[in-house]
Amino acid sequence: MTDAVLGGTGTALINILLLAILFVVAIAIARLRSLFAIVMLSGVYSLVSAAWYILVDAVDVGFTEAAVGAGMSTAVLLAAMLLTARTAKPEKPFSRIGPFIVCAAAGIMLLYATIDLPPLGDPTSPANSGVGLTYLKVNWYDTGVPNVVTSVLASYRGFDTLGETAVVFTAGLAVALLLGFGERSLADTLRRTPKSDARPPSVRKDGDGT
Amino acid sequence: MKGDHHMILRVIAKCLIPLIVIYAFYVQFHGEVSAGGAFQAGVVLAVALILNALVFGLTATMRAVPPWFTRSLSALGVIIYAGVGVWAMLKGGDYLEYQALFGEGPGGHDGQHAGIIIIELGVLFAVSGALTTIFYALAGRVAEIRDEDW
Repeated sequence: MTDAVLGGTGTALINILLLAILFVVAIAIARLRSLFAIVMLSGVYSLVSAAWYILVDAVDVGFTEAAVGAGMSTAVLLAAMLLTARTAKPEKPFSRIGPFIVCAAAGIMLLYATIDLPPLGDPTSPANSGVGLTYLKVNWYDTGVPNVVTSVLASYRGFDTLGETAVVFTAGLAVALLLGFGERSLADTLRRTPKSDARPPSVRKDGDGT
Repeated sequence: MKGDHHMILRVIAKCLIPLIVIYAFYVQFHGEVSAGGAFQAGVVLAVALILNALVFGLTATMRAVPPWFTRSLSALGVIIYAGVGVWAMLKGGDYLEYQALFGEGPGGHDGQHAGIIIIELGVLFAVSGALTTIFYALAGRVAEIRDEDW
């Protein structure tokens, strides 16, 4: 495992390439004014980071990032973009200095923190030698589930996952309570396209919309 | 009325949406043996529905999967998950202690498997229902998405 992760110039090159793409995309997002391009680029950002997560053996995280970051939030942001203006307002000069200082300071602190991190795949790191190792040892006897991620998520930490599910439900409920359930527009559209219309309304409607 | 210049998009989406749904259920039911699980499956399922709404129109999607259904599905998911905990308590175990579902001793795995599959079903319902509700709430504010809006 350490060979695949640490050794190999090829892997290092792919790492550098993916992180460089992330950097370029982030700069582009910060400089663009068109919201549509920004939403699309943030989808690209999520997809590239998902590829990078998979490269560092975090398959589940990469999968989630691809599904939620690249798929779901892009779609939701597109839907939200339709409710607002298409371009961000131009900023006054020097208005970015404050945020820049905050970002630079946070970045320097993060870089400083990485000095203490154990190397990738280090078997003696706290995450791998402590409770993680215990889970790997007792999992098969306890649950008989081959995927330890699932057994930790659903069985050992089942209560946490219940909380997460409740959070997702609450988020949906809160958005629906704030914005309505979307049924008013449905009723409007149904009134304009009566049900006696045998053809599916979408086909006709989109033809009109052009 | 002009020609249907979204034909390629429609045909591709029509081919892809069933595959996306099947993939969502694949991820769901292989949660015990491979990467991903109910959260990811729920998101993929919701994305299939959203793709359908973007390509074939929100009204058609809302007729097929009405908003009351998605929000009830989300609530039902949480109820299923919490219900498994109550089931374990009724059987004399702790809350969400799957071992107690069938009254097995240590080393028995039936309760674990059943518990995990049921709560993952609850998570699938809750996540896909909540995400679709969010999308409906946002997309339902604009009457319809015109081409020049993209």
